[in-house]
Amino acid sequence: MKNITKLGAVSALSLIIGASAAFAENIKIAFIDPLSGPFASTGTNGLHQFEFSADYQINQNGGVLGGTMFEVVGFDNKISPKESLIQLQVAIDQGIRFIVQGNSSGVANALTEAVDKHNRRNPDSRVLFLNYAAVDPALTNDKCNFWHFRFDAHADMKMDAITDSIAEDEGIKNVYVIGQDYSFGKAVADAAVKYLGEKRPDITMVGNELHPIGKVNDFTPYSRKIVNAGTDAVITGNWGADMLGLGKSIIENGYTGPIYTYYAAGSGITAAFGESGKGSIRLVGEGQVNPAPSEEARAYYNAFKAKYPDGNIDQTRISNTIGMLAAAIEEAGTADDVVAVANALSGMEYETIWGGKILMRESDHQAIQDLHIFEHTNEGIEFPYDNSEYGVRVIKTIPMASANIETTCQMKVPS
Amino acid sequence: MDLILVNLIDGLVTGLLLFMLSAGLTLIFSMMGVLNFAHASFYMLGAYFAYSISLALGFWMGLLLAPLIVGVAGAMVERYGLRRVHQYGHVPELIFTFGLALLIEELVQFVWGKNHVPYNAPEILEFTAFAIAGNSIPAYKIFMIFISIGIFVGLLYILTKTRVGMIIQAALSYPRTVEALGHNVPLIFMGVFGVGTALAGVAGVIAGPVLSTFPGMGFVLGPIVFVAIVIGGLGSLWGALVASLLIGWMTTFAKSYNIEMENILNGIGIATPDNMDDNLFRDFWSLTSPQIADILPYVLMVLILIVRPAGLFGKRTQ
Repeated sequence: MKNITKLGAVSALSLIIGASAAFAENIKIAFIDPLSGPFASTGTNGLHQFEFSADYQINQNGGVLGGTMFEVVGFDNKISPKESLIQLQVAIDQGIRFIVQGNSSGVANALTEAVDKHNRRNPDSRVLFLNYAAVDPALTNDKCNFWHFRFDAHADMKMDAITDSIAEDEGIKNVYVIGQDYSFGKAVADAAVKYLGEKRPDITMVGNELHPIGKVNDFTPYSRKIVNAGTDAVITGNWGADMLGLGKSIIENGYTGPIYTYYAAGSGITAAFGESGKGSIRLVGEGQVNPAPSEEARAYYNAFKAKYPDGNIDQTRISNTIGMLAAAIEEAGTADDVVAVANALSGMEYETIWGGKILMRESDHQAIQDLHIFEHTNEGIEFPYDNSEYGVRVIKTIPMASANIETTCQMKVPS
Repeated sequence: MDLILVNLIDGLVTGLLLFMLSAGLTLIFSMMGVLNFAHASFYMLGAYFAYSISLALGFWMGLLLAPLIVGVAGAMVERYGLRRVHQYGHVPELIFTFGLALLIEELVQFVWGKNHVPYNAPEILEFTAFAIAGNSIPAYKIFMIFISIGIFVGLLYILTKTRVGMIIQAALSYPRTVEALGHNVPLIFMGVFGVGTALAGVAGVIAGPVLSTFPGMGFVLGPIVFVAIVIGGLGSLWGALVASLLIGWMTTFAKSYNIEMENILNGIGIATPDNMDDNLFRDFWSLTSPQIADILPYVLMVLILIVRPAGLFGKRTQ
């Protein structure tokens, strides 16, 4: 009996090995982000954009290294750092060498540390961590390592762009900063105070406050204070329900100036703001969608819409991540030696279909790229979000934004 | 002074909205003897139903139909769910409502998706009713106030002045006696549950456009409703009203004025430590009232439970 079980186990095992060997030609990319729970929509949307990008940009053009295909594998981390580390191990055990993640800097901090440790201890199964959205500046400063690459601009770079835009507007005298009471909200507030102090010392901070995250039902009292302070511009790092609640409430209660923010588009928020957000909501980000920056971008977006009619391309950096990874693999001539791929990525200059070029800075593996200020509007929108008539349109571009931003990163390059 | 008036109005809106939820919940509590964890889920269902109806028939039909649908759904839950579970005691009832809350949230995500839905106030109410010292009061808020007050007055009238109300009140306190007198108590219970959930539905319909409609909306508001009925006294309609208004005004004023913990502590005679940077309580000293505004009701609840366990207007002590 025992022998039969053993025999069964062995043959099952060999079947599994055989099956995985059959697919071994694919270059697998592990997507570790929330695919269930309250942030599932953000994660799922990101996964779709990755799958689409791998398919459309790489596989339909014959793959890389003369015919090897990309395959994106989703891993649900439930936005928990602990769960992410388990999923990272599962991915590594499956022989995956490329990890992508973006939602929550808390998760990214845990992952980058774990990847660094793993790569030091297991030189035979090293992995790269391609961060497409976690914006904690520390990831490319104090906590940087050779295996981590960030394709999004970090929070301070984005604030640099926002404050550039505010500094240009002579009419703005009073600025109000409000955010969620946690690390990111505080970081946004500190950066706003720092940059505005440097660029426009004459601007008064009429308010700088934090509210509990995800607990506020009604933002009316905050809005009253903002209106009463004679505010000319609001800066907030809020996201999700807190962004929509705050934005709607401020506008409803008579504020007419701009609201500068990071995350107020897609995931239903654009549709929910609708007419009320027009002329007020301004976002900072990379990747121009409206007006379409190139014919390739237009074709890309249309093909995406054909596949996911309810989806948005609200993270153009995802296609840059895939594109740059493919270019690096081609340059290195291998997808198995991640050190060679990382060396190719480091310092790479990449022409993006979304306009401009991207430089992956060698010193800290931070992507330097054009940043834009977008406005929420329904005029001149070719690619709206959320199947509404509203979308975001570029009103200002900062070429190669914060290209010389300082970094405390001291990277150890493996020999 | 002007700002105080504006805050009073804002707080009233928040408080009355809370009351529409806590009124139904407190009635249901008197009846079942346990909290209905799924109450805020019916509030969310109200908003989503109204959104779907408003797409086809406009906002006003949504306001009319959505609470009815929610009420019928609530009555069905009582008739075919809770009534069966009831015989096994309070704990299974509690677990049942808890499970129901999770189920409804998943269902909403399944049907309407996980994103925010663009449910907006009708255009006819999209204007500024009046302004006090530059603070505009949207007409929609005035509309919310009138709807809630109308519902409160109607509810109070039915419960205290009509025969149906008398029977309901009697059935809530002495179900067996009322049953012996020949009234159909299970039907009354079903009705109370239906009306209670319909009230939550109304709250959802009118709150959806201002507080935004998303799958987490019940989760955000739910706990505060429990706090309201505990402070007011479980089972007391007046208590629910007073506690809801109290919470509304308390949070609004706390958010509006930057009261700093340092000033309070100095005021009661504790001097600010010299070296704040390595002080153990640095975060505590630097607290401001807007930061903790939405947590204050919970503090009040704890205080009330210590001083008056039955709540402000509560009769029972358990």
